[in-house]
Amino acid sequence: MKTWIKIINQEEIPIMGSRVLEYKNQEIAIFKNRENKIFAINNICPHKSGKLSEGLVHENFITCPLHSWDINLSTGQVLNEDVTCSNIYEIKLENNIIYIKL
Amino acid sequence: MKEKLIVIGNGMSGLRTIEDLFDIKKDKYDITIFGEEPHYNYNRIMLSYLLSGEKTFEDTIINDKSWYIENNITLFKGDKIISINKDKKVVTSQNGKELSYDKLLIASGSTSFIPKTKGSELLNVIGFRKKSNSDTILKIISKDKAAIVVGGGLLGLEAAYGIAKHGVKTILVHRSESIMSQQLDSCAGELLQKKLESCGIEFKLNTKIEKISGNKIVENVSFTDGTSIEANIVVFATGIIPNTSLAKNSGIEVNKGIIVNDFLQTSNKDIFAIGECAEHKGNTYGLVAPLYEQAKFCAQKLAGIENSGYKGSILSTRLKISGIDLFSAGNYLGNNNCEELILIDKQMGIYKKLVIYKDKIIGIVLYGETSDASWYLKLFKEETDISDLRSKILFGKLDLDKNTQTGNNIDLISDSEEICGCNGINKGVIVSAIKEKGLKTLNEVKNCTKAGASCGSCLDLVQQILQNTLGDNYQSDISEGICPCCEVSHKKIKECIKNNDFTNVYDVFEKLSWSNKDGCIKCRPAINYYLLVKYNDDKYKNDKRSLLINDRVFANIQKDGTYSVVPRIWGGVTSPRELKAMADIAVKYNVPTVKFTGGQRLDMLGVKKEQLSPMWKDLNDAGFVSGQAYAKGLRTVKTCVGNVWCRFGTQDAMQTGIDIEKFTWGSWTPHKFKVGVSGCPRNCAESTIKDIGVIAVDSGWEIHIAGNGGIKVRVTDFLCKVKNNEELYLYIKAIMQFYREDAYYLERTAHWIERVGLEYIKNILLNTKGNVIFYAKRFEESQKHAQIDPWKESRKNGFTKEFSPIVLDIKDSPSFEAL
Repeated sequence: MKTWIKIINQEEIPIMGSRVLEYKNQEIAIFKNRENKIFAINNICPHKSGKLSEGLVHENFITCPLHSWDINLSTGQVLNEDVTCSNIYEIKLENNIIYIKL
Repeated sequence: MKEKLIVIGNGMSGLRTIEDLFDIKKDKYDITIFGEEPHYNYNRIMLSYLLSGEKTFEDTIINDKSWYIENNITLFKGDKIISINKDKKVVTSQNGKELSYDKLLIASGSTSFIPKTKGSELLNVIGFRKKSNSDTILKIISKDKAAIVVGGGLLGLEAAYGIAKHGVKTILVHRSESIMSQQLDSCAGELLQKKLESCGIEFKLNTKIEKISGNKIVENVSFTDGTSIEANIVVFATGIIPNTSLAKNSGIEVNKGIIVNDFLQTSNKDIFAIGECAEHKGNTYGLVAPLYEQAKFCAQKLAGIENSGYKGSILSTRLKISGIDLFSAGNYLGNNNCEELILIDKQMGIYKKLVIYKDKIIGIVLYGETSDASWYLKLFKEETDISDLRSKILFGKLDLDKNTQTGNNIDLISDSEEICGCNGINKGVIVSAIKEKGLKTLNEVKNCTKAGASCGSCLDLVQQILQNTLGDNYQSDISEGICPCCEVSHKKIKECIKNNDFTNVYDVFEKLSWSNKDGCIKCRPAINYYLLVKYNDDKYKNDKRSLLINDRVFANIQKDGTYSVVPRIWGGVTSPRELKAMADIAVKYNVPTVKFTGGQRLDMLGVKKEQLSPMWKDLNDAGFVSGQAYAKGLRTVKTCVGNVWCRFGTQDAMQTGIDIEKFTWGSWTPHKFKVGVSGCPRNCAESTIKDIGVIAVDSGWEIHIAGNGGIKVRVTDFLCKVKNNEELYLYIKAIMQFYREDAYYLERTAHWIERVGLEYIKNILLNTKGNVIFYAKRFEESQKHAQIDPWKESRKNGFTKEFSPIVLDIKDSPSFEAL
């Protein structure tokens, strides 16, 4: 069963930036956009496994650092492609603390 | 309720049909696939690379597990259909599965044909058709026993090469007098044989196996020429037999193969057959290209789309052995009524032959140089009259283009030829995207198809395709925006920034009516740069979040997500103490690769992100600063030893280089910036391919600008000569500053000078009095705030904290029930 797991104070995630969460040998990238919205997505680009955490945030998108694929942070879908996608995770905020559903 | 489609065979032709079907209609069928082999769909053509060890099995997988899952396909691996009941429309498998179908596709392929030979029942007498064959060969071959390959065709040669590559004595037995006699004339066959002999294959031509002997397994092989040899494996590559027994036993019409019509339907219209098992107009095919052609027509029929029907294929062959280029197609031997155009260069190992009948190509043999294969094949297939070309045709299309000077022969490229090598996009894909999606600009084509979106070297071709496809509707891209977010050019953006005040990139977006709030990877770094150049580091804070990864974390990302670290080595001159310190640090952080860069520095590769900060501290403590090998800014100043050591040197290149690096490091430029200093005109520092190249002459220094050693080499232009170092430094500052202010973001000096012209730069800098000092002063001003080591700074201000991952400790983390 999935549970909510506490991660970190939301201020630790830089605006328009990211932090990487390590969980059971897996990396999840946590992003914050300019509207302070927080997203969690598998830290692997579905194209050539680039680390999305190192990409450039714009609105609800992340551009992968390796070959510039755009991935929608709220759906995990690749822009202009309807086949591939990255896994996304549910996030909630309570008292400024970020929780992730895993 | 969807119709049910069952595919017998999980190989290349069946799966290509399904992929083609998905391109037309995604949801028409519930699909179930049975595959006899226990694998996902792999590229059988690559077996020879698997055998030679040049590829892994993973490399050969075409459709992996996730593909089947994503497309909701049920796959039964390692299970085989043993009967078809075409009245009840039901198939039964070896493992006892009984499934009904609406449409059935037989793509069961073929098996190796092993001719009747004494001893062929022994263990280790095998064919070469499947992954398991390759596995067996790799398991059995050994250096003290010979391996025998029978059959000098495509497959036999590939098998023999794969085995010989492992250093095993390999003997190839072929019954006729020249190898690949089905595809090559004797001249090309001879060249090929010579080459393969040098790879370690021994040939026995005009020879067959007399007898294979041994106790249960192969031990000895004797040949019809009277010789015999100790061997432990015999691989037969003497042809294939279509797998037809299932169809035959089920009452479907069968001859050599399963008989199909132009729509790949068998004698039962709901049962299709494709690939090596099928026979069309009396022909069976064993090569991949015809199978793919068949797949297209079969998929259309399955999707319910009427089509003109499959008309049979022209066969062409490529040999898949590394380092050997060979291509053949059509009637390669010709006859008395045909003419032959031949180019032969035995020394270079090049042979080209075109067989011509009534001014049309009917046969092609290319050996050693096959780059024009697809062009010739297109002329062949389209029955083009080549009488105007015949005096030049053998020299290739490139040569022809050069001579006709049109420079626009993109129309000669066929739809299936690859345009963008990085993304594997062929011309047809680009053309149909332009037509179907109404693309108008180069940027739209790039974004939609990804052609030209990686290294960009094919953009000229893409542009031509766009131009030719749109015809009169084509408008050049000159006036368009710098990225899809906006409609303004670099020039307009720079003017706007010059005339207004901004504190961040987002305000610029708003002012210039960007189509979105945050811009993209193209415009954000560009605007950030323009603001930085206007205000310098003291009045504008360089926005990290508008920089791409390397500039943001002061290191270069590698394909596995690790980084490379390059400390500055001033002028490329170091000391034992510095080297020792760096070696200690590399050892401490377990750096997997240390490599000299082209810019005379050391690159430490494979550093994990969380190691960067502590490593930088150690480097800082040892006196190093960041080499900014990631920066759109000054990279290296490369030097030769100059007159300190060299007997030809006329000036002190080392110290001059160090001086230059000391006053230019940390500066931001539109793109990376490299300097070279050579102590004499022999130019050992390769200054003539640098952004600024300084070359010593007896009476002072020559300054050269705008060279580039990248994708397209550009030699510098001579700018001027100066008398001494003081003057040299002044000019370098002025040139750099003028470039920073005048060029567009991501425009190297080479591109900049091609756009604005050398005269323009000379006019501003040399012919306008006081400008050298004016720009040099502005450079000095900006450098006051720019020369801060980013490694030290980012550790001090806490930025590197975000380099470390958040590690979850499940035990300590209060968890809640899922809501």
